[in-house]
Amino acid sequence: MSEVAEKVKAPRESLFSKKNRKLVTDPLTDNNPITIQVLGICSALAITVQVEQAFWMSVSVLFVLVLGNMVISMLRNMIPSRIRIIVQLVVVASLVIIVDLMLAAFVPDVSEKLSVFVGLIITNCIIMGRFEAFAMGNKVGPSLMDGLGNSFGYAWILILVAVVRELFGSGTLWGFPIFGDYIAGDGLYSLGYVNNNMMILPPMALIIVGIIIWVQRARNKALIEDH
Amino acid sequence: MESTLDIFVKAIFSENMIFAYFLGMCSYLAVSKTVKTAVGLGAAVIFVLFVTVPVNYLLENYLLKEGALAWAGYPDMDLSFLSFIMFIAVVASIVQLVEMLVEKFAPALYGALGIFLPLIAVNCSILGGALFMQERQYSTILDATAFSLGSGIGWFIAIVAIAAIREKIRYSKVPGPLRGLGITFIITGLMGIAFMSFMGIKYTSEDGKKKEDVTVVDDNPEGATTGQVIDNPSNANND
Repeated sequence: MSEVAEKVKAPRESLFSKKNRKLVTDPLTDNNPITIQVLGICSALAITVQVEQAFWMSVSVLFVLVLGNMVISMLRNMIPSRIRIIVQLVVVASLVIIVDLMLAAFVPDVSEKLSVFVGLIITNCIIMGRFEAFAMGNKVGPSLMDGLGNSFGYAWILILVAVVRELFGSGTLWGFPIFGDYIAGDGLYSLGYVNNNMMILPPMALIIVGIIIWVQRARNKALIEDH
Repeated sequence: MESTLDIFVKAIFSENMIFAYFLGMCSYLAVSKTVKTAVGLGAAVIFVLFVTVPVNYLLENYLLKEGALAWAGYPDMDLSFLSFIMFIAVVASIVQLVEMLVEKFAPALYGALGIFLPLIAVNCSILGGALFMQERQYSTILDATAFSLGSGIGWFIAIVAIAAIREKIRYSKVPGPLRGLGITFIITGLMGIAFMSFMGIKYTSEDGKKKEDVTVVDDNPEGATTGQVIDNPSNANND
């Protein structure tokens, strides 16, 4: 795509220009929506007990955020600023209904486990935050990249937390036993290893995210807060 | 069926919005720097939940649910796929309405809650309240209201407690990278562990359909029939 843009020498930037690539890579680390901007924690932590749920949640958020960002960006000059919150909510809610029905149709068991948390994507702060901060003031291309970057930033934290919790909490990954069969007691369990049931309980999600934040800020001193 | 009081107490403690479901975490983390603002936001959440959940309950039962339109002559209609968009529209418009009413009739309250009300439209706990109400299918509007009030109070307790801790933690020497957000997460996790001890509360619910939700401590079988909330041995480590 960048070649095309160079050939015609159009004034518009290409979709993969340096600035646009930065929109994708920044949210992965130094501007991560969860650990730095503290957005979207609401629905993120509750569904990290299993990797499968976290994966489908990330896919749902990716879909809603990318499409929502593009739609809002297209509409940005038509939305009266006084009622923009309602307009944004309607756009997100319609996209979430699509996601909810798709999940129920193609992965019904995951949809059952995610229960209300798919609906809560509507009030996921990442989505409203990106609409307000980015899509309302930028063109469609950059908004698309921004949506992709932020949903990947969200996804990797979510999946990392889910991997830790599922591996140590139930001894499985995506439902496959890693340490051997727990009930039969073979593999690692024959040596006396037991699953840490604490990991399945909600508070451990918070503590794991706390530790991720700790590691990240220890590596990048610029992110440390005063208080 | 669970009694109304059970639903209320459960919503405050063992199914606390923050510690069990992480709903409303964004504003919980952002507005918990001082106790004063935390009290303001907490009160606003109680208020808005208390108003929106019953309205959404009526909407769900007389408009959206399968067969809910029987009163209008459409017994086969199922509009439940519209529930997300209806609930969020109700929440957003009620927040707007409440803001205007409070501004007109209670300026003092508006001064205290005013800036928080617009924030609340996108607070997950409000929509979460409506969605949990839909999922759990409360049988009467009284139960739904008890649930909404309990959830609001639970959220209030959580945010005021973390704000009080964060005010004090300013005087402690927290390692640099953990300062601010990191330590708040870990403290919330520890508070969640403390709140888990409320799971031991005995409820009057008989062997109903949602048995797995209620952990009944069974060391005292004759006590099981007596009361709603019997003091449990493990709540001593809270507060």
